[in-house]
Amino acid sequence: MSTLPISVPVTDTHLPYKGRVAMFTLIAAESAIFSIFVVAYIYYIGQSLSGPTPREVLDLPIFNTIFLLSSSLTIMLAERALVRRAMGNFNLFWGLTILLGAIFLIGTGREWYKLITVDHLTISTNLFGTTYYSLVGLHALHVIVGLILLTAVLVFSLMKALRPEDTKRIEVLALYWHFVDCVWIVVFTVVYVIGR
Amino acid sequence: MAQRGAAIRQEGKSMSESSMPLPGRLPDAAEQESRADTFGNIVEILHDWVTTVDHKKIGILYILYSLAMLVAGGIEILLIRLQLAGPRLNIIPAEVFNRLFTMHGTTMIFFVAMPIFVGFANYLVPLMLGVRDIAFPRLNAFSFWMTAFGGLLLYYSFLGGDGLQGAGTAPDVGWFAYAPLTERAFSRGHSTDFWALALILSGFGSIGGAINFITTAFCLRCKGMTLFRMPLFVWLMIVSSVLVILAVSPLTAAQAMLLIDRYLGGHFFDTQAGGSATIWMHFFWIFGHPEVYVLIMPAFGIASEVIPVFSRKAIFGYPAMVAASVSIAFVSLSVWAHHMFTIGMSAAGNAFFALSTMIVGIPTGIKIFNWLATLWGGKIRFEVPMLFSLAFLFQFLIAGLTGIMLAVAPFNWQLHNSYFVVAHFHYVIVGAILFMVFAGFYYWYPKVTGRMLDDRLGKLHFWLFVIGFHVTFDVMHIPGILGMPRQIYTYEIDRGWGTLNLIVTIGAFIQAIAIIIFVLNLIVSLFKGKIAGPDPWDAWTLEWTTASPPHDYNFDAEPVVYSARPLWDLKHPDDPD
Repeated sequence: MSTLPISVPVTDTHLPYKGRVAMFTLIAAESAIFSIFVVAYIYYIGQSLSGPTPREVLDLPIFNTIFLLSSSLTIMLAERALVRRAMGNFNLFWGLTILLGAIFLIGTGREWYKLITVDHLTISTNLFGTTYYSLVGLHALHVIVGLILLTAVLVFSLMKALRPEDTKRIEVLALYWHFVDCVWIVVFTVVYVIGR
Repeated sequence: MAQRGAAIRQEGKSMSESSMPLPGRLPDAAEQESRADTFGNIVEILHDWVTTVDHKKIGILYILYSLAMLVAGGIEILLIRLQLAGPRLNIIPAEVFNRLFTMHGTTMIFFVAMPIFVGFANYLVPLMLGVRDIAFPRLNAFSFWMTAFGGLLLYYSFLGGDGLQGAGTAPDVGWFAYAPLTERAFSRGHSTDFWALALILSGFGSIGGAINFITTAFCLRCKGMTLFRMPLFVWLMIVSSVLVILAVSPLTAAQAMLLIDRYLGGHFFDTQAGGSATIWMHFFWIFGHPEVYVLIMPAFGIASEVIPVFSRKAIFGYPAMVAASVSIAFVSLSVWAHHMFTIGMSAAGNAFFALSTMIVGIPTGIKIFNWLATLWGGKIRFEVPMLFSLAFLFQFLIAGLTGIMLAVAPFNWQLHNSYFVVAHFHYVIVGAILFMVFAGFYYWYPKVTGRMLDDRLGKLHFWLFVIGFHVTFDVMHIPGILGMPRQIYTYEIDRGWGTLNLIVTIGAFIQAIAIIIFVLNLIVSLFKGKIAGPDPWDAWTLEWTTASPPHDYNFDAEPVVYSARPLWDLKHPDDPD
């Protein structure tokens, strides 16, 4: 060791982009939150003392799922367009992503409306209601947050205020959107497949 | 002393010939402005501190906030100890007693221990990594104010209800708030809401802080600062932050469920509607056990900085330390149900959680051996930070041993919820964590304020606190073994717990006196302390290259690092690390 000269070349490592690391950390935290709600949902399947039961009132939201999951594809296409600085394409695909997300939210809203008015299932009706509205609602909340952020980016883009250095930031936002979509796969499986 | 000062000056000279940027080169414009004590100036200073996004100022805010909370939590425990000093005492009524122990636990964990380390880390991590600030300064300020408002909200509960004298409507469900006691039907009014909302708020703060530390350590490091050249304190803050991410988030989720139950009529923990009280215990301890490691990791980090510097040796087994910390974190995520042996789990469940709990002892043992090996053959300087660290080593070992005793399920059935458990976890939280907080104060106070803490007061603080600690918590094990349960406001004379409890109470007051001396020392030394200079301990990490206190911009130029001990390299160019 003592023969090592102090002028040894500095090992310069390439440090990752901070937004990316922070988003992955946030996603880890969010995953932990969702896990707890998912565990509670699974734990309480079939534990309700009174009806209605999931089998009686829940329909598979196939179209809703297709809309939300395909928004992951459109946001990826938007990102690619952004890297090429093809702003027309970017606006198109980004807007499509928002549209698909909004359709998903409307679908959830219609489902809830039917559950509340027709089936008389609210959050306080039984354990199924409590766990269902909390888990699906938590996910919908994340969709809403995502849509607000996506819309903000679209507004900036339409105002031609997106600089090339913002690309990295937009990729971080897309990461969040992919996460929201992934969570839906879990929620879908747990609520509509296993729990029904 | 004079000799050492000369040595430091000489080293300063040799340092100035190196490429390392030296403190005090650039005149600090802000400092040269004359400051008259006018009202406008005070408002300006206040405004500056409230709106600051500087990691050093936010760090100091965190620390001051935790110290204020320490006093609050301390007053609560002194009242509790007075009530328990003898059998059938009537100093505070039972309801107030419940509120006080709930507030004491909640305050000490969430608003003292967590923020004080976040404060240390805020101040030190960017300095240790040789960078200007933390990754997201505004998120950092947001995190602090969320934590601060959480505590404010919690203490707001003291107003209203029975008034201040009766501890208002303070939460009274214990710091783990078991269901269904927390449900609307059994906890009327808003006391439990204060508890849940305060912890959700401060939880957001903790998660924000954790994101910041992880990102800072992975994305912002000065030239040459590879991951395995980072000071161990930074490593342990990473591990602690990962645990915050994985443990505090479930707590936030569980609190949200509790609020859904209380406000929207949900049934998560409502046993009358098929809900489960046990699942709350699981959710709480999935948070609650890793939380201990959230707190102890930074304490390990401080020990890993202090012990080498005062042994005049590099830390023994740096990679082993990192690996041991990471594995403690992993294992700690799978031990939570050892808090729940008495609820009647299956034999397989009991065996799993007993074994996984004992496995924690292995990496922890590695760490203790590494610290001992660092001491071995070193030139030990018994300065105050080192005294606290040595006491920490000893006490942490005992805390670990009683922990292994409690991990044995049948033993646990006997002593669950007894004062033995209380003594065990206070041995960890006071004997290990708080001792390292004090070591950290004595070690870095010169860096933050530019002045040394008074040595005589420091030693008095140390000895009084060690004596008070052992009088309190060594003795506290015994009433536990004799069957005294925790969270009772009084006990009968014929139990034979009276004398022991009186001794415990006396010890608590000795600790309180020691802490008063410590706070006095903090204040007096701020004005009268010896001027410290940039590097009073002849240490090796980057924070000691900056002025004391560091300039707003930290480093005059970005430092370049060639080893885990950059200052050693500078001071000993002929013998680099």
